[in-house]
Amino acid sequence: MFPIRTSIVVFSAFIFISACIKLEPSAPDSNNVLDGPLAELNHEQMIQHMHGDAAFNDAIFTSENGLGPVFVANTCASCHAGDGKGHQFTSLTRFGQSDSTGNLFIGKGGPQLQNRAIPGFLPEQLPFGVPFTKLVAPAVTGLGFIDAVTDADIIAMADPTDADGDGISGVLSVAILPSYVIPRNMAIPQNGYFICRFGKKAGAYDLVLQTAKAYNQDMGIISGYEPVDPHSNLAGDPEITAQTIQDNVFYQKTLKAPLARNQNNSDVISGKQIFINIGCVTCHKKELKTGHSTISSLSEKLFFPYTDLLLHDMGSDLDDGYTEGSAKSSEWRTPALWGLGLSKNSQGGNYFLMHDGRATTIEQAVLLHGGEGSKSRSQYNALTETERKKLLIFLENL
Amino acid sequence: MKKYLFLILLQLVILTSFAQVDTSLFKTIAKDTSYKNNLMNMDAVYSRPFLNYSKSPVSIGGYLEANYQHLGTNGISEGHQFQMRRMTLFIASSIKNRIKFLSEIEFEDGTKEINIEFAAVDFTFNPMINIRGGILMNPIGAFNQNHDGPKWEFIDRPISATQMLPATWSNVGFGLYGKKYSGNWIYAYEVYLTNGFDDRIIANNANRTNLAATKANKNRFEESPNGEPLYTGKFAIRNRKIGELGLSYMGGIYNKFQIDGFNIDKKRSVHTFAIDFNTTLPVLNTKLIAEWAMVVVDVPPTYSQQFGDKQYGGFLDVVQPVFKKQMQGFHNAVLNLACRFEFVDWNVATFRETGGNIADHIWAVVPAVSFRPSQQTVIRINYRYQQQTDLLGNIPLRTGGFQIGFSTYF
Repeated sequence: MFPIRTSIVVFSAFIFISACIKLEPSAPDSNNVLDGPLAELNHEQMIQHMHGDAAFNDAIFTSENGLGPVFVANTCASCHAGDGKGHQFTSLTRFGQSDSTGNLFIGKGGPQLQNRAIPGFLPEQLPFGVPFTKLVAPAVTGLGFIDAVTDADIIAMADPTDADGDGISGVLSVAILPSYVIPRNMAIPQNGYFICRFGKKAGAYDLVLQTAKAYNQDMGIISGYEPVDPHSNLAGDPEITAQTIQDNVFYQKTLKAPLARNQNNSDVISGKQIFINIGCVTCHKKELKTGHSTISSLSEKLFFPYTDLLLHDMGSDLDDGYTEGSAKSSEWRTPALWGLGLSKNSQGGNYFLMHDGRATTIEQAVLLHGGEGSKSRSQYNALTETERKKLLIFLENL
Repeated sequence: MKKYLFLILLQLVILTSFAQVDTSLFKTIAKDTSYKNNLMNMDAVYSRPFLNYSKSPVSIGGYLEANYQHLGTNGISEGHQFQMRRMTLFIASSIKNRIKFLSEIEFEDGTKEINIEFAAVDFTFNPMINIRGGILMNPIGAFNQNHDGPKWEFIDRPISATQMLPATWSNVGFGLYGKKYSGNWIYAYEVYLTNGFDDRIIANNANRTNLAATKANKNRFEESPNGEPLYTGKFAIRNRKIGELGLSYMGGIYNKFQIDGFNIDKKRSVHTFAIDFNTTLPVLNTKLIAEWAMVVVDVPPTYSQQFGDKQYGGFLDVVQPVFKKQMQGFHNAVLNLACRFEFVDWNVATFRETGGNIADHIWAVVPAVSFRPSQQTVIRINYRYQQQTDLLGNIPLRTGGFQIGFSTYF
């Protein structure tokens, strides 16, 4: 016979353990964090997502496993904490190209400066007098949606000659693809060039290219895709497998889209209308749709990134004299605004906005818009204090 | 393969011994408490209960600790975990009057790690001059030498002692130690030269400056990574009525600066400083144990700021006996309430790019209840709550949950 006292102790222990779990810290509201997978991934997709998660967030490179010898960061997460925007501590310095004729420093240290080095080595120095720019790393959430937009839809938004006369052009960024990049099924080449959509200058065609380049140029990791060491400029054995890069790409593709918050708040609703009224939506297009995708969560979906994926002239203040691909040095790809209000949660509690992080508030970012953005900026300046406040509240809640 | 052979051999020895020896003939040599007030942290390695057979000069002992835990971080948990954290075996021998040997072999997480933590011979010339040689525990702080599970009310070891300082940190070397008694005061010193750290302290999977990363170097008991000694020294003072205060230093060159006689880097140093204190308050018998340490590392300025050149942190344990009486048939059993407060800043610096503070710190509070049916055994329940802030100072990761376990000498 089991003694009553022992039974009580055992029963109490079960109750205690069950209660204990309730005392553990809860997950933050998913609307308030950028990371997390797409809903409705199947088991197979979730397994690959988790492999990619490990490659993106857990893999740490040291001199033992291939870091450098010159580098900018030693993990993907160093630049994209919580899958969000980067901090100026890991800003990328790109140099050596001032127009669409190409980078003059390929093979001579370009296109990216590796400003750090493992012990015993010296980091790269910026060549004297070259054009350069500094880039804060972008958020990686929702990239699968952007990747799945059809070329036809991007072309439909372009207006390179400003045919509609609204003062906003919108130019396609195009490039010749390296041999390892497989064009999308729905690609519409432009005289042998392919439409690119990733990166501040929209210089990268897809996430495989972007990721292989990041391993190589940011961390000094050689892969089968990018086999040349950025320090020695010599080919070497792969330090990472193609499967790891593909897992990493799959992880980025299957991160959820940032979720807008407080959409029923009256200030947010008013701010959204002001955003439309002063013409911000001409470039920061609210709604895009995806084409067919093998990932059902990404296939034929409407989503709300607030970008047109096109290049726009942003004026002389944002022209650093450096460019990539077919973009002019004053042209920048419209950045997606989704997740804007959560940016500071991955930047140490402060905003570092615009391409180089020079804007430390959303308002500063608005006021830095020149060129094709001048008209909207003027209209912003003409708003009342209350209207501006509502607009900023709307942007904070994206 | 080696570890399995070792385990089989060990098993055979144990089985054979059991067949030949009536274990009832073993006698337990309890910790000698007659000179309890003379014991200091430096004596911890010999201040343990041992089993001795007849008049054999060899005695054995050890301890075991195991636990259950259910911890969660920001809503994600590994679930129910049952852990056999470590089993440690001691073998001590009086080789001759004033020559003694002790070894400590530890099996961590089952057989995931098997380490010789201590294997040294002590030659005593007089109380002030003792020579110790072999694998020894560098006396940095107090926890490194005084780390046996049954002595603590907490299941996890202090973060500052194990992840900032590298406890348990053993090396091959030799040195001197001694004590001087004067009334209520005891003065003690230890100085050792040993093998030291290597480049892993700034190139590791923790992605931060991490002295403990050197423990992954399996060759460190065979050869020095750079031919430079690690200097460790400690001065401690104890007042029998107040408590013990220790000041310690450990430092040297950590990097491989030369290959085949050719320089490949400048010599880079690591310095660690620690202060430890313990006392038992009168009347309430509240026990306070504290340790604070600082690590300074020469990190190349062109390397990533992810690896800081300065760290500091420590812990404070408060242990309050509540009952000391016969409980559940255990004579002189003790029930304690305790709490640990701990903090480590892994990277004390500012970003060169923005001038903002580099965060990268952790703090934890661990309230506990412990039941000691004897001084050699502790059953403990801990609730751990900690917050880890990343390099940039983003919203911290919160971890919390219960741990229930025991630790006992045998």
